[in-house]
Amino acid sequence: MSGSITSVAYIGATILFILSLGGLSNPETSRRGNLYGMLGMGIAVLATIFGPHVSLSGLGWILAALVAGGGVGLYLARTVQMTQMPELVAFMHSLVGLVATVVGYASYIDPTAAAGMSPAEAGIHHVEVYLGVLIGAVTLSGSVIAFGKLSGKIGGKPLMLPARHWLNLTMLVLVLVLGQRFLAAGSIEQGMLPLYAMTAIALLFGVHMVMAIGGADMPVVVSMLNSYSGWAAAATGFMLSNDLLIVTGALVGSSGAILSYIMCRAMNRQFLSVIAGGFGSDGGAPKTAGGAAAPVGEVTSVSAQETAELLKDASSVIIVPGYGMAVAQAQHTVYEITKTLREKGKNVRFAIHPVAGRMPGHMNVLLAEAKVPYDIVMEMDEINDDFPATDVAMVIGANDIVNPSAQDDPSSPIAGMPVLEVWKAKTSIVMKRSMASGYAGVDNPLFYKENNRMLFGDAKKMLDEVLAALRA
Amino acid sequence: MPQVIGVPKEIFPGEKRVATVPDVVEKLRKLGFSVLVEAGAGEGATIGDDAYRAAGADIAPDAASVWAQADIVFKVRAPNADEVAKLRAGQTLVSFIWAGQNPDLLKSLAAQKATVLSMDSVPRISRAQKLDALSSMANIGGYRAVIEAAHAFGRFFTGQITAAGKVPPAKVFVIGAGVAGLAAIGAASGLGAIVRANDTRPEVADQIKSLGGEFVPVDYVEEGSGVGGYAKVMSEGFQKAQRDTFARQAKEVDIIITTALIPGKPAPKLITTEMVQSMKPGSVIVDMAAEQGGNCELTEPGKIVTKYGVTIIGYTDLPSRLPRQSSNLYATNLLRLTEELCKTKDGQINVNMEDEVLRGATVVNSGEVTWPPPAPRLSAAPAGATPPKAAAAMPAQKKGHGHGGGGEPASAGKTAAMFGVAALVFLLIGAYAPVTFLGHFTVFVLACFVGYMVVWNVTPSLHTPLMSVTNAISSIIVIGALVQIAPPAVASVAGEGARPDDLIRWLAVAGIALTAVNMFGGFAVTRRMLAMFRK
Repeated sequence: MSGSITSVAYIGATILFILSLGGLSNPETSRRGNLYGMLGMGIAVLATIFGPHVSLSGLGWILAALVAGGGVGLYLARTVQMTQMPELVAFMHSLVGLVATVVGYASYIDPTAAAGMSPAEAGIHHVEVYLGVLIGAVTLSGSVIAFGKLSGKIGGKPLMLPARHWLNLTMLVLVLVLGQRFLAAGSIEQGMLPLYAMTAIALLFGVHMVMAIGGADMPVVVSMLNSYSGWAAAATGFMLSNDLLIVTGALVGSSGAILSYIMCRAMNRQFLSVIAGGFGSDGGAPKTAGGAAAPVGEVTSVSAQETAELLKDASSVIIVPGYGMAVAQAQHTVYEITKTLREKGKNVRFAIHPVAGRMPGHMNVLLAEAKVPYDIVMEMDEINDDFPATDVAMVIGANDIVNPSAQDDPSSPIAGMPVLEVWKAKTSIVMKRSMASGYAGVDNPLFYKENNRMLFGDAKKMLDEVLAALRA
Repeated sequence: MPQVIGVPKEIFPGEKRVATVPDVVEKLRKLGFSVLVEAGAGEGATIGDDAYRAAGADIAPDAASVWAQADIVFKVRAPNADEVAKLRAGQTLVSFIWAGQNPDLLKSLAAQKATVLSMDSVPRISRAQKLDALSSMANIGGYRAVIEAAHAFGRFFTGQITAAGKVPPAKVFVIGAGVAGLAAIGAASGLGAIVRANDTRPEVADQIKSLGGEFVPVDYVEEGSGVGGYAKVMSEGFQKAQRDTFARQAKEVDIIITTALIPGKPAPKLITTEMVQSMKPGSVIVDMAAEQGGNCELTEPGKIVTKYGVTIIGYTDLPSRLPRQSSNLYATNLLRLTEELCKTKDGQINVNMEDEVLRGATVVNSGEVTWPPPAPRLSAAPAGATPPKAAAAMPAQKKGHGHGGGGEPASAGKTAAMFGVAALVFLLIGAYAPVTFLGHFTVFVLACFVGYMVVWNVTPSLHTPLMSVTNAISSIIVIGALVQIAPPAVASVAGEGARPDDLIRWLAVAGIALTAVNMFGGFAVTRRMLAMFRK
């Protein structure tokens, strides 16, 4: 296959990728979007294999690697629980980071890569290698830590090292100094040492960056790492002078960045401060639970039976799912309850906070898995005004996203974050395992409100009981 | 010493409302005030002195003693000359004033060196809705207008098929879908009539529908929303198209209710004599704008007249014809105002001119005319106004949202600075980078923009699949590994070492295998997720 045909195929693949991202913005077209993505990827891979840069002697290797990796990938995709999606995505990001690093090294030690280049071009090539490895390594270690945090292998609390901003700055300076040494290196052997050192620092930086981010910010981190993995691909594209890689990397990178920005805005966080690691300013850890403004009042708890009674009497119900529903795998029971209530002619809707769960759109995926029709699943902006006209607002395993102190208490760490105003409903029911505070470590005055009821226990078990009582 | 709130009897002829009711008296007392009510003040609203006494109010024998003892006077109607004369320096008066229409009254009030808060000047912002007496009175007026029309109309509102024959439903046309208009639409459709409505502000169409009415558009494109959610004066071309629309409706409908008002201007004449002549005999027009001159040319303010067989109702006191209800709501509005005036709950009012609501309501501050207030800081965003849930609801304000154009546009300075920096960066790159790099760079920058455009409008429910698909797409990095695995032989360049083929190959194979996990896994899992989204 000639170089021109490969180029044309690359253009086709690029268009398919753009269509794929565009299609994913709407449920109606999303499946087709995914198909476009697969098609684009297939075309790109085939065009490369049969293109001028690959000789047929490598075909066996390529096939073997594709089959092995593909098998593992398909197996993972088939077996993963929907509640584990965030972990899987984070894990996959780490692979992209790793590959970017590996490709960067391979390109550097390949003397033919820079052959025939002018000194300026060779310099730029080295900068590209350096950047590719840097971004790849940060993505790799950051994603690994994110994976650990999301799967619960590492604690969710933010790790706040003293002077962490200085630490980051020092690392940055070191990376710059090493970069200068790397570019000045006369031979490949001399350049390896700064490259190794920089990789180590980049890995450390990735670890430190994600460690400093609290559990509540994880959705932003996942989408940010997604963006990084795109930039890593783009840097590799520059390194190899491959336009398809550049375009696709830039597409993924910018779309990931925009997604993170949208999420940050939904949480009223500064984009930069999340990117730079750690949330908030230098104020250190958020104020511990039950500070000066500890809420007062009594907590009224109810049984599953009483909850069912409340639901039976209601004519409009809004369900607010949170991470607790995901943990307890309660989405199917929630759907059964929804179905039962809807059969009784009640208006049941879902209110999804933009950052509910541990990754963007987490709740939507779970509800979709349980076959909840997506037209009764509302965004916060769509439904927040409807709470006053609602009889029962049922909060399942959510906490910070329904915390009224975000509006009332300017000293609260989550002040200014938009929240679902469940307390405006006639009655709110909060299902929780205990009175523990949420990820942000803030006490929730909602629990003490007069019109609030607490239903303690595992969400799945309690909802099963509620369902049984409803059907009785 | 708590301040005394005085409530004299309304002396305007026919006025039946009263400025406070027993329930509110209790709450005012909780705020620390003592309340003094003139004997017989609540008669029109069928509230006896004993009820006030039971709520903890003192009863004064006559108006003079109320005016003499009170620090704050609550009234409904604007004071007449006698009452103005009783106002003393330092005293505060709260009532309707209509400062725009009554400049002389304003001057005489200022001459008394008192402070006057006008309930009709309360700014129409979200926070002030609870004390918006204009809305609560308009709501009652709209309801009562329908009741008056039903009274004067010789037929059922609802269509019926009875043993004695078929009754067609009445057709009601409401002009102006403000609070009063919406209340009228709700009441009329509640009685079973077919309701149509028109308004110069196209965004109220949904509100009309939500109350069971049908929106009748005027075939002429012009935006009619003015400041503060009110209508504005329309162009000549529009007015002609509007008259044509109304003339058509007049021939068809049985009842017309007009509520069209433009702040500070005489009511627009919308129903001409010819239109009245074209109506069926026995039809009814209720002109709710009668006090401002009327929307119908034949309206006589304050009276019911029958012309060309059409009954034209020009009552100017519709809220007062539902005295119990209107007194209740008005008294509650006043209570909310009092809460704003007395944040400390110690029975002392503080007219804080920094507060947007109080600043707007205050027309005279210690003898100094402070009307008109500065323009409201935000107008009711028309495009996003939510439909009211019931006849009583005000068109609430809501800012347009959405990821697309939702963000506030960046300030001009900021944008200029950003462009400047970008230009500088591009200049540097252009000056030093070789041509081959620039080609790639162009592609890179353009792709960033495409990515940005494509993702802006994604629905939040698809964030996870989108991320998963972009993740799968980032497996494109496999190409990097592919081209390294076995490149066609290149003549080795003098001075360079031999290519460490094996090492590179192993690295590349590892790279391909790892990305393959991501590639196949990513697309497959996205597919699995998307298969679950269904309507």
